[in-house]
Amino acid sequence: MRAAIECSALGAKTALICKSLLGKAHTVMAEGGVAAALAHVDAQDSWRTHFQDTLFGGKYLNNWRMAELHAREAPERVRELERWGAVFDRTPDGKILQRAFGGHTYRRLAHVGDRTGLELIRTLQDKGVHQGIDVFMECTITKLLQDDERVCGAFGYWRETGRFVVYRAKAVVLATGGIGKCYKITSNSWESTGDGHALGYEAGAELVDMEFVQFHPTGMVWPPGVMGLLVTEAVRGEGGILRNNQGERFMEKYDPKRMELSTRDVVARAIYTEVKEGRGSPHGGCFLDISHRKAPYVRQKLPSMYHQFKELADVDITKEPMEVGPTGHYIMGGIKVDADTGASGVPGLYAAGECTGGVNGANRLGGNSLSDLLVFGRRAGAGAAEYASRAAPPRIDPTQVENAAGEMLGFFERPGAEDPYKLHVDLQNTMQNLAGIFREEKDLTVAMARLEDLQQRAAHVGVVEGQRMYNPGWHLCRDLHNMLICSQAIVRAALLRKESRGAHSRLDFPKYDAYWGEHNIVIKKEPGGMKVQARPVVKVAELIPLVEEKKAKETK
Amino acid sequence: MAQAGSVLERNGLGATARRDAWWLQPLLVFLGLTAFGVYAIWAAWQGNDYLYHAQGAYYLSPFYSPDLHVLFGIQPPFSFAFLILWIPLGFRATCYYYRKAYYRSYFLDPPACAVGEPKGRCYRGEKAFPFILQNIHRYFFYLATLLLLSLWYDAVRSFFFRDPAGQLHFGVGVGSLVLLFNVLTLSAFTLGCNSLRHLVGGRLDCFSCSAATRTRYKLWSGVSLLNLKHAPWAWISLFAVGFADLYVRLCAMGVWHDVRIF
Amino acid sequence: MSIRTFSVWRGDRNGGRFVEYPVEVEEGMVVLDAIHQIQRTQAQDLACRWNCKAAKCGSCGAEVNGRPRLMCKTRLDALPAGEMVRIQPLKTFPVIRDLVTDVSWNYQINKKIPPFAPRPGASWVMRQQDVNRVQEFRKCIECFLCQNVCHVLREHERKSEFYGPRFFVRIASLQMHPLDSLDRRPLLKNEAGLGLCNITKCCTEVCPEDIHITDNAIIPLKERVVDRYYDPVQILLRKIRGAKVKNAPGE
Repeated sequence: MRAAIECSALGAKTALICKSLLGKAHTVMAEGGVAAALAHVDAQDSWRTHFQDTLFGGKYLNNWRMAELHAREAPERVRELERWGAVFDRTPDGKILQRAFGGHTYRRLAHVGDRTGLELIRTLQDKGVHQGIDVFMECTITKLLQDDERVCGAFGYWRETGRFVVYRAKAVVLATGGIGKCYKITSNSWESTGDGHALGYEAGAELVDMEFVQFHPTGMVWPPGVMGLLVTEAVRGEGGILRNNQGERFMEKYDPKRMELSTRDVVARAIYTEVKEGRGSPHGGCFLDISHRKAPYVRQKLPSMYHQFKELADVDITKEPMEVGPTGHYIMGGIKVDADTGASGVPGLYAAGECTGGVNGANRLGGNSLSDLLVFGRRAGAGAAEYASRAAPPRIDPTQVENAAGEMLGFFERPGAEDPYKLHVDLQNTMQNLAGIFREEKDLTVAMARLEDLQQRAAHVGVVEGQRMYNPGWHLCRDLHNMLICSQAIVRAALLRKESRGAHSRLDFPKYDAYWGEHNIVIKKEPGGMKVQARPVVKVAELIPLVEEKKAKETK
Repeated sequence: MAQAGSVLERNGLGATARRDAWWLQPLLVFLGLTAFGVYAIWAAWQGNDYLYHAQGAYYLSPFYSPDLHVLFGIQPPFSFAFLILWIPLGFRATCYYYRKAYYRSYFLDPPACAVGEPKGRCYRGEKAFPFILQNIHRYFFYLATLLLLSLWYDAVRSFFFRDPAGQLHFGVGVGSLVLLFNVLTLSAFTLGCNSLRHLVGGRLDCFSCSAATRTRYKLWSGVSLLNLKHAPWAWISLFAVGFADLYVRLCAMGVWHDVRIF
Repeated sequence: MSIRTFSVWRGDRNGGRFVEYPVEVEEGMVVLDAIHQIQRTQAQDLACRWNCKAAKCGSCGAEVNGRPRLMCKTRLDALPAGEMVRIQPLKTFPVIRDLVTDVSWNYQINKKIPPFAPRPGASWVMRQQDVNRVQEFRKCIECFLCQNVCHVLREHERKSEFYGPRFFVRIASLQMHPLDSLDRRPLLKNEAGLGLCNITKCCTEVCPEDIHITDNAIIPLKERVVDRYYDPVQILLRKIRGAKVKNAPGE
């Protein structure tokens, strides 16, 4: 959305295409805040520290230039939001308040209670709408149309009517979010089926860092309907303690220094291990307890968590512990883009947000996703507008449109078809069990084989009942295609990275590896299939001193 | 557009898929307000038995306060209570809470949430006469505040009893407590008024901009607190004022004997 | 585990009917879980909007046993046991299919509201006490349950002259913003049709975010409209002072 605003502000005719209704995207679930070194609360903070924190969190696999731009520009993007009407929580002297979060040296997250994402999305929505962007809601894109190599439009369907639509565009910006629905337990919504990743990949763009899937340590585990639903890190920030079924504060074993506020990958692994070794809670998680804090304080600081547990799980978190477990949350990897313009390798194709890779490296810090989409949304918008201003008029190839339509209609012409819902469950189980928090060679190999099998079956999925009008079964048939591409990318990259780093943990290679510490894994579509290769990390010479300083500090 | 709704649900009064007792609340409100209205008219009509002054007491019924007859010698051909009661009537009739209550239970507009209304009415809300007059609520508030002062005077006065020698002495009778309760609940109702909330601070956009606005912020916060419970206060004070009149009346009629506690 | 029957409205703009589905009920389930189960096992094409499953996106509004609710927030054990659960789409908006309605009217209305217009030269210093009110309004997740339940829209069908509670909340968030410079009272009085609201509070009753729509947004706006249009003393005072219409931030 930020990209669309920039595009339209620069005078380009801009359309915003949403898979859901406008303003419902997954960003509303971001609770904690947006990381920006405004230095309102801790005056020592600066973009340099933010840059260092981001790189340390990403285990130095980040694209340095992206991390630099991100840290430098985030404060201005936050101030800009305020000028557009966002109302952040305030410091006593009337400035934007900032809170502490895992992995950030200083208090850095500008926030609005625990609903920062909603504030951000609503502000951008209103700004965009009043700036005259055309919004097309409940429209799913299934194919990028290309003129030779160059992207020149997109093909999709309206959810409402099931009719097809072709957009002609000089440039396309993908901002489709994550891949959470590949996993069984996830905090993501139905939309997060890796559409952007898959669209980009199929158009010839490179994907990077796909092996890094962040599992948020604390998701709800009960009741079943809300399994995976996020429990904000702010609970631990406010002093929440993790215990196993023996009552032990088990983080003492895993990270005695930072305890519960260790990085997300460490805490997630710790909980997972406790459960696996039989010390879990009744519903397969562990206990997160904030009840030692005074009840009014908890209700004031964590209002939506209080209500979430009260209403959905019948648990009063001011009195009882919560049951939590790891949940698929965010993919660090995505389309490889140019840091400054958001351009992918494919002419006319741009990307921003979770569907890109680079800024977060091997592990993302809390609060960096909202700032990421603001900073790089703007840059991708500007990049696309600039490209569009000098690009030739787009030419649509009717055969591509026919093929795309044929693919969608094909789902109706398969008597005795494979049930897409069943296939989806199988896919989720495969990914959850074999390519989850802990990975190993033999599991991943099995996963690869199963994915190939699923791929075969996916060729036979079809609509069992209903017509084209608003038919979720039909939509899932197509979404499966994207999820399969992403899943394969994840498993292939995970197989190749023979080390444990950040969100990627190999039981068979539990240590850092010097070679892999300097290399990203890049995936590209080739005529023979998916090509996976290692490539050196993108560094910036001037920033080497900063990085070395951080490395020295952290090894001390 | 419209026919899409009719596919789902028949329209008309009471049309709903709700299965709870949605009709109970409007019915209770209807009965409560009607009962009070009947009693109030009857009590105001009487024009007597509004003052109890046996045993040195001085209990004045809130329906007859201030005592226009004694203070100003006003003696209309009808009970002077009618010269007073239009103020609290107007205040309550234009009160944002009561509006909700009677639009629902008297006008069935709507009778309850997601419940159908009688068909074929021309709805104009508060945009046209007569309900556009609701906008003068704040003037009724000003007037009601004046009456409230008079009631405070009566309540305090009821704690002083005249001995046979004509001297006033502090004392407490059940009637004093009844009148005190009356004025306290009326104050809680009146000071929680939405118009007051607006006037003391709600109309400001910036609370922290000057010393004056900071004070007004505090006032606004106080009124807001009372306003949260405006509906319960509306009912409690309605009951209290009716009961106070009844108590004084029964004492004055000699049906009931006031008890001196102290 | 037990079986409960769900009666779900199936159809489109041309009509439809209630279809009964037996659903295996587990402890702690919400209505949306049941709908998902029906989709997975009995009616793959059952249309329903949803996103976050956590009452944060406001997509899954429907009428459960006649009451407008978010399906993701309505626990089955909160509904009368042993009875059939009846689910139908929001009544006020045209049905697209099954539980999905066309809410685009709301987006058109939003477009008509003049956006935030900061006062030139604003310092951007705002205290928490100044933004508390606005933050309450900004909690809105645009589920449009208030629009659905409001009888001005639902029964009297005044979409052409009434913006509805959601957008009074939106306007309130702008009008009470300490740094905003526009006066939206003429809009409120005229195009937005604030006067059509008779404050019967159903919007507040259904709000899943517990925004006090009536008491904190609509009534204060009505009072502000009174200031400008109906209070003779204030109108007179303004004439005498020759003052601008818009109150300065500190009056």
